Amino acid sequence: MRKRKIKNYIGLSISTISAFIGLFFLFWIIVSLIEKGFHYINWSVFTQNAVSPGDEGGGLKFAIFGQLEVVGLASLLGIPTGILGGIYLSEYGKDSFLSNIIRNVSDAMTSIPSIIIGIFVYALVVVPMGGFSVIAGSIALALLMIPIVISSIDNILKLVPNELREAAYALGAPKYIVIFKVVAKEAIVGIVSVILLAISRILGETAPLLFTSFNSNFESYKLNKPIATLTVTMYDYAMGPYDSWHHLAWAAAIILTFSVLLFNIASRLFSYWRFSR
Amino acid sequence: MKYICKIDGKQKIDVRNFNFYYGNKIALKDLNFCVKENTILALIGPSGSGKTTLARCFNRMHDLYANNRYEGEIFIDDTNILDPKIDLIELRDRVGMVFQKPTAFPMSIFENIAFGLKLKGIKNKTELKDRVEKALKDAALWDEVKDRLDKLATNLSGGQQQRLCIARAIAVDPEVLVFDESTASLDPISTSKIEDLMVELSKKLTIIAVTHNLQQAARVSEYTLFLMDGEVIEYDKTNIMFTNPKDKKTQDYIMGRFG
Repeated sequence: MRKRKIKNYIGLSISTISAFIGLFFLFWIIVSLIEKGFHYINWSVFTQNAVSPGDEGGGLKFAIFGQLEVVGLASLLGIPTGILGGIYLSEYGKDSFLSNIIRNVSDAMTSIPSIIIGIFVYALVVVPMGGFSVIAGSIALALLMIPIVISSIDNILKLVPNELREAAYALGAPKYIVIFKVVAKEAIVGIVSVILLAISRILGETAPLLFTSFNSNFESYKLNKPIATLTVTMYDYAMGPYDSWHHLAWAAAIILTFSVLLFNIASRLFSYWRFSR
Repeated sequence: MKYICKIDGKQKIDVRNFNFYYGNKIALKDLNFCVKENTILALIGPSGSGKTTLARCFNRMHDLYANNRYEGEIFIDDTNILDPKIDLIELRDRVGMVFQKPTAFPMSIFENIAFGLKLKGIKNKTELKDRVEKALKDAALWDEVKDRLDKLATNLSGGQQQRLCIARAIAVDPEVLVFDESTASLDPISTSKIEDLMVELSKKLTIIAVTHNLQQAARVSEYTLFLMDGEVIEYDKTNIMFTNPKDKKTQDYIMGRFG
């Protein structure tokens, strides 16, 4: 009896300490980020573009909007494809041979290093197009999103009780109505969370963008030209020699971190709002 | 098994030489019986006897899953519903179903009832409103929900959700309504409300009710069909079967010796 109590005590201690270690570093990162970077956030960061290297001032407007463009386009490509793929696996393919292949490949793809995706898109899009471009960057990020969305949607739709589908069929509903009006509605909280988490997942990606959308010091949103993004700009500025660049890198780090945090919190808030109705 | 049809009145459903298979496994063997119109037929039998399997044949719910197979004929009026050419959507319009667990859709109370009506192509707002109201009144739920039709149906109690499902099923005017152990998960008060409802509804439509609860079968049904191992053991008027069962197995089951 005493032995079991001791074992329980040891197990509890180890897991509590582990949890604290995880939380400790997370808070350390966020606190030091705020401490060192927050005073570099000001209005001009959002309204001004890059100045000549070494000059004081300047802002990140070009990189913020560049990031929005690349991530936005990637989401437009990746989210619908992923959702429809997940619906296929859960509602149409089910346990067929083909859908099990798709399921396994998609699961494996979620753990491919993102830099490999970057190189792949470099060969597939950048080389034939003759240069870095927004399109290439968006395709790389979309390829990162699709397997994540497919697997999550597949799993979320499987949680919808089968009785609900049967009840809809029993009323004479055709399959697409059952899926889009009943199953998707029942799973809407999960679907929205998947979308938000998938966006926050690609928001912080740097490696695949280095090979695809590359970087630019100018405000340009042309789809077939390279573009600045917060992550790549932050990488360049942090490695650069000027203090003003370092300041902007801190600002970029803060903007990125809090955007990701915002998406995560939004997905939580959405589910609270939904359930409290 | 010989054909059993000793009903007094108009016949609604006719089951002939009917077998049902899950893959290679036979689940219902050589069923031959008929069902009277506008009354309640109770399907009783021990677990695994095939009650639910039989109930789910009347709206061809088994078609949703691969490898299920029907053999023989089931006529509703003059249509053989096992005909491969039959339109399942039309069939499910005629044969409604209420499940064991309440299955309110994740939408408002109004939208739940309107779901089937919209599928039928009814778009007129006033007609929808009138038919939703009528269905809820017929399901004895109107007074409890009339002030919150736009609220989420999944927040209703289990008993209310089950009456909502009944309202949803009767809104589309089915001719046959199948209850698959629909009171099994409810408290006694909700159960008795639904039993009253079944009796009331059976004046206008044919009800087939699967039940584990023999008292319930005795209370609500006019006829009872006793199934065991996928075969019909006995089929008779409920009061006759419960007071004077002819088969030894029926006697044993009703006396509670197995099940």
